[in-house]
Amino acid sequence: MSDRTWPAIRLVASREIQRLLHSKAYIVTTVLLVAAVVLGPVALSLVGGDDEGQQVGFTPAASSLTAGVESASAAGGTDMTTSAVEDRAAGEQAVTDGDLDALVDVTGAGTEIVVDSSVDPALEATVAAVSQQQTLTAAIEELGGDPAAVTGSVAESAPTVTALDAEDEFDPAGFISALATGILIFVAIMTSGQLIAQGVVEEKQSRVVEILLSTLRPWQLMVGKVAGIGLVALVQVVLVVGAGAGTAVALDLVDPDVVDLGATAAWAVVWFLIGFVTYAFALGGAASLVSRQEDVGAVLAPFTALMMVPYIVGVSIAPYAPDSPVVTWLSLVPFCSPLLMPVRMAVGGVAGWEVAVSVGLALATIPVVIWLASRIYAGAVLSSGARIKVKDALRAA
Amino acid sequence: MGTLEIDGLTKSYGSRKALRGTSFDVRSGEIFGFVGSNGAGKSTTMRIVLGVLMPDAGEVRWAGRPVDHALRRRIGYMPEERGLYPKMKVGEQLVYLARLHGLSKAESVASMERWTSTLGVDERRDDEVQKLSLGNQQRVQLAAALVHDPEILVLDEPFSGLDPVAVDVMSGVLRERAHAGVPVLFSSHQLELVEALCDRVGIIAAGAMDAVGTVEELRSIGNPQWVVDVPGTGDASTPAWVPDDVRVVGRSGSRITFEPRTPGSEQTVLRAALAQGDVTEFARVRRPLTELYRDVVRVDADRPTDPTTATEASA
Ligand SMILES: Nc1ncnc2c1ncn2[C@@H]1O[C@H](COP(=O)(O)OP(=O)(O)O)[C@@H](O)[C@H]1O
Ligand SMILES: [Mg+2]
Repeated sequence: MSDRTWPAIRLVASREIQRLLHSKAYIVTTVLLVAAVVLGPVALSLVGGDDEGQQVGFTPAASSLTAGVESASAAGGTDMTTSAVEDRAAGEQAVTDGDLDALVDVTGAGTEIVVDSSVDPALEATVAAVSQQQTLTAAIEELGGDPAAVTGSVAESAPTVTALDAEDEFDPAGFISALATGILIFVAIMTSGQLIAQGVVEEKQSRVVEILLSTLRPWQLMVGKVAGIGLVALVQVVLVVGAGAGTAVALDLVDPDVVDLGATAAWAVVWFLIGFVTYAFALGGAASLVSRQEDVGAVLAPFTALMMVPYIVGVSIAPYAPDSPVVTWLSLVPFCSPLLMPVRMAVGGVAGWEVAVSVGLALATIPVVIWLASRIYAGAVLSSGARIKVKDALRAA
Repeated sequence: MGTLEIDGLTKSYGSRKALRGTSFDVRSGEIFGFVGSNGAGKSTTMRIVLGVLMPDAGEVRWAGRPVDHALRRRIGYMPEERGLYPKMKVGEQLVYLARLHGLSKAESVASMERWTSTLGVDERRDDEVQKLSLGNQQRVQLAAALVHDPEILVLDEPFSGLDPVAVDVMSGVLRERAHAGVPVLFSSHQLELVEALCDRVGIIAAGAMDAVGTVEELRSIGNPQWVVDVPGTGDASTPAWVPDDVRVVGRSGSRITFEPRTPGSEQTVLRAALAQGDVTEFARVRRPLTELYRDVVRVDADRPTDPTTATEASA
């Protein structure tokens, strides 16, 4: 290998980079993808913001309930702000005006919740529980017992919940990041692979390839092209993944105990790279068999079909049932794993050995794909006219 | 300085033998015209020189060394099927090609500017190649072959499709490059042009060289022809005074063209002509390359087929 190899590859790569950075399609796609992962969650959190944060007022008579209701609602996960009101009349006025969602009062008849039209069931249950607890405490004290001991035994008698199918527990953050990962990797590999295929055919169709190959070796041209387009696509993926993860963190959308955002993002980038290299060479080699842009679609069809299978499984089955056999098995198969395994990993619960097998097989496939694709490319790229058979291309190389 | 040697190239496409031991050489500072009918093997030979195609046998050498990948970068090439990136700007494209051939960025830009000016496309540097007329695309294509300041030029039919002005520009550039010591190998069907431009000519037919030499040397291959004119000697098909040991191949009026059957018999004709009256013309005919070429190709077609070729299996 001469010392001219790397400068030559770099030149080819930088031509591709400049071509893409000047392409409106690339810029528009990137902006749209980033906008989708940023604006989507922002819009969701704005819409969702309406049903949180109940304002509950307490009359002086009910003030002893305030602390209990606050801690009970915090434990129950409902967002509630409590405030004291001067008297019943002022509280009712605030409820009518919409400043308060509910007013709690204690009268001779017991605990009363005043609302505008209907009461939030969670609030009603919380207030009821706290008020009953207070009444119970008073009664136990009256009977000379120890309220704390009784509360302890009451708490112990609360049922524990056993989930028979824990996977069915729906985790929206994991679900959304899995879906987004699946779509992003598919879109990024598909578009960059198509760009490579079109570039190969453009050089063939225009016949400029004959001049290029009088100074470059076929594999240098191919590697330069893949490297240039790959770099630009990688920037796009990192931008989108970074923007998505950043938005999720900023809006506090994910529970760090459930979804490890950093790992999901890093794996998405790694799997993109593995998938990109595999498909880039495969599509580049396949494209060299034809000489006209019109024929590119047909020659790439087997690979597009091959990508659609794990993609569809990835976005339609994996986020809901990550342990279904079709998902687990496909996620180990080279060519499928880059589109499916990152989706499973975003959902969570993938065994370490599964990741290792999947990555190992995918990486082992890459040299084979590069070798085959380069031979096909070298054997086919200089011919013009009709579509060449793979067999003939391999023989000519 | 050196010689580009094409030595014993053979190449088959399947069972079709495109080259059968093609050999010739192009010397430094020489313009070499490569002629032959369609399918004779010119493009195949040139593509092998550029390493775009591998020969089945034979070798190409430059200054005694086999041409390898590093050396090929110093060849300027114009393929038969023209091609540049249609959507890349003329200037950027030429700079890119120069850099691929190993020039620095600054050298590439300077060279691009020089050649676009020389070839008259400097106004179009910022235009995409596909926006240019075919003639201008052809000029850019030549610039692409020249932009890395090559030591050797190999041009496949560089004159086809050029208007007369562009032909002059192109001829001038080839002469200038040859003058600078570059061996220039080009193919063409325009034989007048080849005759005017080339120091030497090679005629290829069916994958083998039929004749190689200066146009003058090619003239001596067939039988020499002479012309004699004795006005007023009538217009019978073969005048009685013409001796038997020449063959008359043409006449117009009293002007007779003939081939001597034995060396020196043209002198017998001259003496006989002088006996008839005033001889206004007596000269050896300078046959144009077109005619020589036809002779060579006709001789080739008449030649019985080599018995080995018919039965040879494909490689
Ligand atoms: N790619 C190819 N596949 C099959 N036959 C070819 C190919 N290229 C050239 N040939 C054949 O090789 C012979 C020489 O062609 P070529 O070198 O192009 O001739 P020229 O340039 O003198 O017209 C022709 O018979 C042609 O049909
Ligand atoms: Mg040709």
